[in-house]
Amino acid sequence: MRFVDEFRDADKAHALAAKIAALCVPGRQYKLMEVCGGHTHTIYKHGLEDYLPESITLVHGPGCPVCVIPMGRVDDAIHLASQPDVIMTSFGDMMRVPGSQESFFDARAAGTDIRMVYSPLDSLKIARQNPGKRVVFVAIGFETTTPSTAMTVLRAAAEGLGNFSVFCNHVTIIPAIKAILDSPDLRLDGFIGPGHVSTVIGCRPYEFIAREYGKPVVVAGFEPLDILQSIYMLMVQLSEGRTEVENQYTRVVPWDGNLAALRAINQVMELRPYFEWRGLGFISHSAMRMRPDYASFDAELLFQVPGVRVADPKACQCGEVLKGVLKPWECKVFGTACTPETPIGTCMVSPEGACAAYYNYGRMNRHRVVEVSIS
Amino acid sequence: MCLGIPGEVIEFLPDQPDLARVDVSGVKRVINVALLADDPPEPGEWVLIHVGFALSKIDESEAAAALEFLEEIGQAYADELAALQESRIE
Repeated sequence: MRFVDEFRDADKAHALAAKIAALCVPGRQYKLMEVCGGHTHTIYKHGLEDYLPESITLVHGPGCPVCVIPMGRVDDAIHLASQPDVIMTSFGDMMRVPGSQESFFDARAAGTDIRMVYSPLDSLKIARQNPGKRVVFVAIGFETTTPSTAMTVLRAAAEGLGNFSVFCNHVTIIPAIKAILDSPDLRLDGFIGPGHVSTVIGCRPYEFIAREYGKPVVVAGFEPLDILQSIYMLMVQLSEGRTEVENQYTRVVPWDGNLAALRAINQVMELRPYFEWRGLGFISHSAMRMRPDYASFDAELLFQVPGVRVADPKACQCGEVLKGVLKPWECKVFGTACTPETPIGTCMVSPEGACAAYYNYGRMNRHRVVEVSIS
Repeated sequence: MCLGIPGEVIEFLPDQPDLARVDVSGVKRVINVALLADDPPEPGEWVLIHVGFALSKIDESEAAAALEFLEEIGQAYADELAALQESRIE
């Protein structure tokens, strides 16, 4: 097992695994969702499922911001990029995401000016250097990256930079979790809460999950032992009949989050009435847009955006994978027509997508896990 | 983009208190630290960086653990470092 070979404290992992197993009630099945794509990555990379009793299933959640962008938004972005005098900037993660016709990479090869940036602040520099051009930053991400976009807009406003705008696709994690909780497809027993998102929003926003849905939540770090510890904490709550929000990742996540970051978001952005998520459909109040005070930085107001809704390819089952209803390998095109090199769906594009993580690390566990899911 | 990468604060830029020079795996780049305004880091302290912004202060052992995690991830971290190397925040 890779985990034993690679991990520096296998004894601790085994001890935790034994404590987890001891808490399982015989005959009961446990489904725990890890919301964050970073956690999915750790779980597959280290084969953590092999450490768990067969009655515990880890279900992979929607917490990969690249994966949840619907095709229509990719098309809209490419439409923006092809307007006269536009330079579009984007994180590298978005470049290979397929639109209905082409990806950013394809569009760039065809002559549109799309540039990869590390930070939204790099887009500001491009805007300063190209006063005759209109620079549009394609903003994506959960609350981890939203404050960075907000701070960048504040900086542009302070500088009076007139040729910079944002095509805002920032999404918020709480409505997505609520959509999954309300979905009849899936019965979950608890949540491994996202680590970095919680650095910004803190732990309080998850309290409704414990209070109104009666499910425990443990915010977790990214080390293999963090995740095992979090599963143990969830199992302790379940065995004691408690449902609370707990923070395993206290060394990074403050209970109240990062207030400066929340202030910046709130100053610049407001909730949209609704937003389309790949696989999850339209979810109310689940994404951000510019406030009217910052309308001059809103690419959707400065340009005509087609806003066409594009259905996912028929063969692609990213939606079911994002909701945790299907395991990646249960998708019809997984590993055959859809691979990280030639992705059909978004889950195979991002390294944090469940399909890419499974494709890269998970094959050796496949048979065992298939048996578990059948039993 | 989603990766939080640890960096050690080297110095603040003169006249630009929101910007600090940090060392990330030997790559020295400028990042924005305004989101830590409520509890600013000192030179020598470590921060977790997302897309050019420090989002939280971390201690040195957490930084070491985070780096180890990132190095195991491989390509995604290599891409992130390459992107950081291209970055020119000012």
